[in-house]
Amino acid sequence: MERPLTANFRVGDSPGLEKYESSGGYRALRRALRDMSRAELIELVKDSKLRGRGGAGFPTGLKWASVDTSPGSPEPRYFVVDADEMEPGTFKDRLLMEGDPHQLIEGIIIGAYAVAAEIAYIFLRWEYTLAGRRLKRAMAEAYEAGYLGRNILGTDFSLDLRLHVSAGRYICGEGTALANSLMGKRAVPNAKIPRQTESGLWGKPTLMNNVETLCNVPHIVNKGAEWFRGLSRCQDGGTKIFGVSGRVKKPGAWELPMGTTIREILEEHAGGMRDGFGFRALMPGGASTEFLLEEHLDLPMDYDTVQKAGSRFGTANMIVLDDRTCPVGLLYNLEYFFARESCGWCTPCREGLPWVARTLKDIEEGLGTDDDLEILEAHTRWLWVGRTFCALAPGAMEPLRSALCFFREDFQRHITEKRCPWR
Amino acid sequence: MDEPMLSEACKKEILLEVKNYLLPGQACLEALQIVVAHYGWVSDERLQELAELLGITEEELDGTATFYNHVYRRPVGRHVILVCDSVTCWIMGYETIQEHLSKRLGVALGQTTADGRFTLLPIQCLGACDRAPAMMIDDELFTDLGPQEIENILERYK
Repeated sequence: MERPLTANFRVGDSPGLEKYESSGGYRALRRALRDMSRAELIELVKDSKLRGRGGAGFPTGLKWASVDTSPGSPEPRYFVVDADEMEPGTFKDRLLMEGDPHQLIEGIIIGAYAVAAEIAYIFLRWEYTLAGRRLKRAMAEAYEAGYLGRNILGTDFSLDLRLHVSAGRYICGEGTALANSLMGKRAVPNAKIPRQTESGLWGKPTLMNNVETLCNVPHIVNKGAEWFRGLSRCQDGGTKIFGVSGRVKKPGAWELPMGTTIREILEEHAGGMRDGFGFRALMPGGASTEFLLEEHLDLPMDYDTVQKAGSRFGTANMIVLDDRTCPVGLLYNLEYFFARESCGWCTPCREGLPWVARTLKDIEEGLGTDDDLEILEAHTRWLWVGRTFCALAPGAMEPLRSALCFFREDFQRHITEKRCPWR
Repeated sequence: MDEPMLSEACKKEILLEVKNYLLPGQACLEALQIVVAHYGWVSDERLQELAELLGITEEELDGTATFYNHVYRRPVGRHVILVCDSVTCWIMGYETIQEHLSKRLGVALGQTTADGRFTLLPIQCLGACDRAPAMMIDDELFTDLGPQEIENILERYK
């Protein structure tokens, strides 16, 4: 099985420029810049069926194509790399940046070329200090070698790549909030229209891609769309860094074909549940995705299948709930997190999430009433898509919605027994 | 202001970052982090001087400063301990780790030890869920924590 994204990973340090080049690194950049037009490059990525790995799964080629690069269109164009990996339970981008920083940088340069961007920012979360050190070193090497800066590889394409270390807030993962943060403001979201590809950073066209998405790009350019589609077991192209955390034998992350079943990831790669712990449920793509149960384990992990099963593919880094952990306590932990991370800009989110968290805390502590379940249910509607300014609150409602359905009895027991049965 | 609160070295670092943005004020998050790196936290006086340096109002700068996790507007200890309290670390028992730290250091979350050695703060998911529970001290990550590991780690920070 081919594992292009992690092929250069070694225990210890990440590969430097020389090592990266000797394993074929920056060959894709040469090819893209010298032999391919922007249109050809975008067509190739469209054809590869690469979809955004940040969580939303938007086709990357289509996103690139939405940037107007025709003569006379607004300039400069900006390229932003979302390296603000903060979805609880998710650690794939950290591995990619620590393991092979040049792979990401090559992907950025090719992506920026595709949309004719002159300036690129890596928006890195503060806590990823090791990734930050390795990226800085790799960026310096890439500038030195002429892969970044003026007239890259003797072409008329120039790119200035800058590293922005965020001062830290979950909401920065929202695209428009990220843009505000990058411009030195509070990270509150903006209206979605106009699109950032028309008016983003400083009112100029801005393209935003996730780290893992961009790491795929050099391989697509090197080996073609058909090869890339062939890596996958479903209609979405490529491999994916799947992760598992919780009480499994071997928590970790693995590069596997897109469309690998949940069971294979959980049992073969994560080694199944730890002795003495049974499987109860999992969140397939981070803390803001709805729970899936035992009956879903044979489903392939791809965007559409997980969606049809009532959840979201998200970051495909799964969090496992075992049978000795209290689901109500877990929900309280999740909603407390979302309440704290609300930026406070819109009222339903700012006021509703703390209410949800307090209600869950009461139930967990044996102070809950039957009305509390109705209050929680009501919030899953009041904070749903369309009622709030951005996706944070609806994301917070996803695990709650499914928990109220799947773990109803556990909630009820807390209320009737006036205590947490797990404590 | 009687004497400048930001050293020349600190200002120089800030001005290097300014060139990456259209307006100097937009480099304020870099600038605030530089002030934290030099002085541990951002006092009102330093905030005032920084606002002037960047050409924005104090109110604007403080609005940004108070929004983010890693810009401290109050004094912190020589080392800041950030304990992850997100979902996987919760499943894997971060509460025991946090209680152990609190007892061992004699401080609750948000407090600084009497000798000024440590400040204890909560933090959201550190992206080390495969090795939970996790925490950071200053800019270093520690994983697979248990009470004994914590003893050994704390020894390294004076």
